[in-house]
Amino acid sequence: MTEERIIVAGFGGQGILMIGKLLAHAGMMEGRNVTWLPAYGPEMRGGTANCNVIISDVLIGAPIVTEATCVIAMNLPSLDRFESFAQPGGWLLLNSSLIPRAPARHDVQILAIPVSDLARQQGSLRVANVVMLGACLALTQAVRKESAIAAIEDVLGPSKRHLLGINLNALEAGMAFVTKVQV
Amino acid sequence: MARKLMKGNEAIAAAAINAGCRYFFGYPITPQNEIPEYMSRELPKVGGAYVQAESEVAAINMVYGAAGAGARVLTSSSSPGISLMQEGISYIAGAELPCVLVNIMRAGPGLGGVQPAQADYFQATKGGGHGDYRVLVLAPANLQEAVDLTQLAFDLADKYRNPVMVLADGMIGQLMEPVEFSPYRPAAGLPPKDWATTGTVHSGGRQRVINSLYLYPDQLENHVRAIFRKYAEMERTEVRYELYNCDQADVVIVAYGTTSRIARSAIEKCRRLGLRVGLLRPITLYPFPLAAFDLVVERTKAFLVVEMSMGQMLDDVKIAVAGRRPISFYGRTGGIVPTSEEIVKQVQELLGGRGA
Repeated sequence: MTEERIIVAGFGGQGILMIGKLLAHAGMMEGRNVTWLPAYGPEMRGGTANCNVIISDVLIGAPIVTEATCVIAMNLPSLDRFESFAQPGGWLLLNSSLIPRAPARHDVQILAIPVSDLARQQGSLRVANVVMLGACLALTQAVRKESAIAAIEDVLGPSKRHLLGINLNALEAGMAFVTKVQV
Repeated sequence: MARKLMKGNEAIAAAAINAGCRYFFGYPITPQNEIPEYMSRELPKVGGAYVQAESEVAAINMVYGAAGAGARVLTSSSSPGISLMQEGISYIAGAELPCVLVNIMRAGPGLGGVQPAQADYFQATKGGGHGDYRVLVLAPANLQEAVDLTQLAFDLADKYRNPVMVLADGMIGQLMEPVEFSPYRPAAGLPPKDWATTGTVHSGGRQRVINSLYLYPDQLENHVRAIFRKYAEMERTEVRYELYNCDQADVVIVAYGTTSRIARSAIEKCRRLGLRVGLLRPITLYPFPLAAFDLVVERTKAFLVVEMSMGQMLDDVKIAVAGRRPISFYGRTGGIVPTSEEIVKQVQELLGGRGA
């Protein structure tokens, strides 16, 4: 049985919920069980955004992630809040463009990725989330790359088809970064 | 049909339209706003009508009107809004009209907060408004079930000419899961709506009256007894529940909706600790699955009721268990969702620290 339990966190506008939706969507396309649970409430307004995603081969009980196989922190407050949620041996992925400190944890696998800078190189800061998604997939194999591409196509739909290219490039850039640092 | 990733609120709204609902009246409130949002967008496309009322009181009375005309009609709200609707719900039950209500519960009392809760159990299952009546209450634990039960709710409402409530919480409303819509067919044998006030042109010149006022006590008593014969029929034929892992369980957790999912995760953790724990999950909260307890009471040592409230379903569990086994309770409230780890700890304490 494999189960990915992922927390994605950042500030509103970074496409945090979208990273989660793409993961869940791709997982569904692979025929697996998925849940996507957003934080909602007063904290959403101008503040932090986060969601929990579970992709599992078995029936999913609680959709709340407490022992994450992967924590994605897109800004410093998210690292502060969710660092402790990663399970020992799990992944802690940081947007090093915005996070000045190193994590305190020593029992997890850590990768700092300058996703904002990599996104700017692709032509828009707005695809930083998809760069992070690419890195996450390269490290965790939470879903297959083809599923992620199909999910991006589905979620963009016909009206945003013109954004497909930049998003796929962003996904590649995230994956390529991981390959480069791992070599 | 293909699986589709949807939010719980959207899935419920889509299921209502799939089941032939063409009218929605409501008023916005978090965390159920995607239901009216979806209905406002989609109902006009299928020839239906969406009205954002000036208040929940107005909305439920619009539901009363549409139901009286024989239409499949929905309203949705969250806890404080459902409280405002109670007068109208009582009238609809009194006038014996079908309608579907959705309560995506948030924490109370008062305006409370917007986070998930299950503290409207008493209100939902014991009537809620004034007078002798009940609402049939369905409690989904996942989004496919939310779709299926919402569609079923319209059939049950028509079958019994009574309001049916889909009772979920903010987490189910906001959660996304894959759902599948099969082509919907109404249940066989639903009675014709030969009571609907659609004009004497349609009733062969005979006047039809929809009313909940009976000034002569003997008439009203007869009326209420007739309504309660329907409730007796519901209690015989509409009880739904799920038993999971109860065969060898030393502790049976009783939980519905969101908490039942968390309980399942806790049961899996308990299994790894060598603890035998099962789940009794009521799907109909009214009628409550009293007889299901008889199936497990002999084999279990104790029951643990888990709710996002200070203990409301707990009362029905006490009635069902009838003193045959000890019952413990674990609840979180105010919008806090219990974790599976907290539930495991409760089980360990119940079993005298085993597995700790």
